[in-house]
Amino acid sequence: MKKILPVFVLAVIACFLTTPTSVLSQDGLKDLEGTIVVDGSSTVAPITIAADAGFRKIAPKVKVPVGISGTGGGFKRFTKGETDISDASRPIKYAEFEKCKANDVALIEIPVAYYGLTIAVGKSNDFVEQLTVDQLKKIFLADKKDKSFVNAKTWKDLDDAWPAKQIKIFSPGTDSGTFDYFKEVVVGKSESSMREDMSVSEDDQVLVQGIANTEGAIGFFGASYYFANQDKLKGVKIVNPETGKPVEVSAENIESGAYAPFSRPLFIYVNAKSARRPEVKVFVNYYLDNATELASKVKYVGLPKEINDAAKAHFKKRKTGTHFWVLKDGEPAKREGSLSETYTVDNLLK
Amino acid sequence: MAVNLLLGSWVSLPIDGLSFERLDSLLYTFFGFVALGLFVGLVFGAWSVFPNTSFWLLCVVTSASSVVILLILLLSIFYRGIPAFNPPKDDIVAELSEIDTKLSALAADSSEAQELTARQTELQELEQVIDTSFLNKAPAPGAREAGIGPALLGSIWVCVGCAVFFLPLGVGTAIFLEEFKPRNKILRWFTDMLQLNINNLAGVPSIVYGILGMTVFATMFGLFGTSKDPFIELGTEFKRQYVTEGMQVVFIPTDSRDEEPELSDGMTAFKSDGSEVKLNIIGDDDDFPEDDATLNVSLFGDAEGGVVADNAWYSFRLPLGRSVLAASLTLMLVILPVVIISTQEALRAVPMSLRQGAQGLGCTPWQTVRNVTLPAAIPGIMTGCILSMSRAIGEAAPILMISGIVAISMGPQHLMDDFSILPLQIFYWAALPVNDADPHNFQHVAAGAIIVLLLVLFAFNSVAILLRQLAQKQLS
Repeated sequence: MKKILPVFVLAVIACFLTTPTSVLSQDGLKDLEGTIVVDGSSTVAPITIAADAGFRKIAPKVKVPVGISGTGGGFKRFTKGETDISDASRPIKYAEFEKCKANDVALIEIPVAYYGLTIAVGKSNDFVEQLTVDQLKKIFLADKKDKSFVNAKTWKDLDDAWPAKQIKIFSPGTDSGTFDYFKEVVVGKSESSMREDMSVSEDDQVLVQGIANTEGAIGFFGASYYFANQDKLKGVKIVNPETGKPVEVSAENIESGAYAPFSRPLFIYVNAKSARRPEVKVFVNYYLDNATELASKVKYVGLPKEINDAAKAHFKKRKTGTHFWVLKDGEPAKREGSLSETYTVDNLLK
Repeated sequence: MAVNLLLGSWVSLPIDGLSFERLDSLLYTFFGFVALGLFVGLVFGAWSVFPNTSFWLLCVVTSASSVVILLILLLSIFYRGIPAFNPPKDDIVAELSEIDTKLSALAADSSEAQELTARQTELQELEQVIDTSFLNKAPAPGAREAGIGPALLGSIWVCVGCAVFFLPLGVGTAIFLEEFKPRNKILRWFTDMLQLNINNLAGVPSIVYGILGMTVFATMFGLFGTSKDPFIELGTEFKRQYVTEGMQVVFIPTDSRDEEPELSDGMTAFKSDGSEVKLNIIGDDDDFPEDDATLNVSLFGDAEGGVVADNAWYSFRLPLGRSVLAASLTLMLVILPVVIISTQEALRAVPMSLRQGAQGLGCTPWQTVRNVTLPAAIPGIMTGCILSMSRAIGEAAPILMISGIVAISMGPQHLMDDFSILPLQIFYWAALPVNDADPHNFQHVAAGAIIVLLLVLFAFNSVAILLRQLAQKQLS
């Protein structure tokens, strides 16, 4: 017993001081085998594919099939225990969480990157520089039945200095997480709904082309599509509701949280039972160690170091449960606040 | 401009064309219909005056325009997909050679030289082109590293599997419906119903078959558990995988999926090359080993292992799960009606006199089919089957339901394996964000994949034509 103690203490210290990659000499891991089944959001898939491509160099025999059933479709399989990891572009819904509990599936919630949503207009649009959330509401919400709210038909309706050109709207498909998120911000808790006379496409490339080539067009999609097409599109600055300052969409502003309210975290959910398997453990550790580089490789924005560290600790200690729901008198309620406030061990709901 | 507006209003017609608040769009729609009406009127007007010339002209115009449309499509795909048409941009090449000359003049360790080297590696990456090595590379986050290897293998596995099922089933059904028509009234009513259903099924959208295949083959109505906890499992060996304290991978064979082996000191484990090692189990009272050799075979007594399945290529389980076999069977459903109908047509084309001759010589119905009708119809049957195969290899929708996988590092190794197929890969890549200025983005990879798919189709069809020519004999 005398001999173990110092070794044990040393080992514990070593574990805390160094990241897993530096502890492991990873040569031996090339023999690792197995299949890690991943399904879920097509928005998160590029990061997971990048992680798989890098992981192949460490463990070439491990297979990581990445599916794109959508966040909801991915959770449907995850709650049944069919998948090991679920890609999600939004936090788990309470109903899905309950299903997990009913099927005895414990989950580890891990944020991996930020995803910015860009509101863009064509290059030919020389009058719109910035928009407030209220103006966005006027553009994107349908007329209410009581007629007290009238949406904007032309740009002049928003600002008298702007020309009376018709506003043409391009929107991602209603099944996409991007649409859901935009709707959540713009519609919020009000009873109004998104307007229906929009050109809708599941293919973001079509939106990019549509906005670039149509006069008076406006639309929204993932920032990565904007970053790739900056020569054709103009990103609209969004007035931050708290500071009142217009903020441009950029990697720095998304990471700092200044680009509010249109940046959101992306997640992977790991089945705690699968996390016992060596190949899953090593893969998720690799994913977390390289999350920032992987995210920037696919033109997303990495998380701040504190959140990444918290995620690593969560996974290491297998802290299961979700951070985004609280039970108030037995009724589930969504937890408000920024990711760094929300993502703490104390906020876990098992 | 006018065309753009016209098209614009037409595209949004189903959504807002009927809303009277947007008069202009209604107006454009109206003009659109007027223009269409004028065109149709012109054609019919000319027809009534010069019927023969007009018909000839109409035929020429339609065939020419179809050829032109197809040519534009093919050329744009080939232009994007063939690397030779997309050399690295001139400015990149120029800048690289500029850096080269500057670097040779500078000392290797100066800060400027380091900056230039960084820029050089950046540019060298951009200078790379998508080449034929993408045929055996796996999907990757960057367009230049991405490849279609696993998807191509997946497509081949699924289509071969599909052919194994649809050929006997399709041809058999067609022979039954065509050559063994029952005399009994009730039975005849039954076969008529069958015929009607088959004709209708040929028009069902393939995504519906995808949903059907998902329920019937992949999950099997949930009757046999899940693919992770299957009811029957054959041809599969299990082992527990452990990572030792020295970061080495060892395996302990087990009898079942759930069996967790009791770890004991000195027990035998295997490395991945098959060599045996004696495990050293660190109990509560033992020292933590210090030398690498011992660490490499050391495990804590409560070490966690994960089950790994070794499947033989013929391995089988119920339910089939999201496997190659489930996909093959689903594709079989998609093309079976087409195969049956085309085979029936081929059998009908065999002259009645041949059958009557055989029967007159005393052949039983089966002998007639076996020796006379079927050999005579083989070329026609083959054409139908190969055309159906071409449809199967291009089908994305049902496989999106069954597999939905858009990135996998290797092709299928057994019938129960996960897989991706070419059309799915193309579908995913075509929707990724791309920068048009970069001549090697994902749209080019997608175009390359389309060319490979076209080549496979072309190979299929050539074989079909060849076989048909060889099998063709003069009838009657």
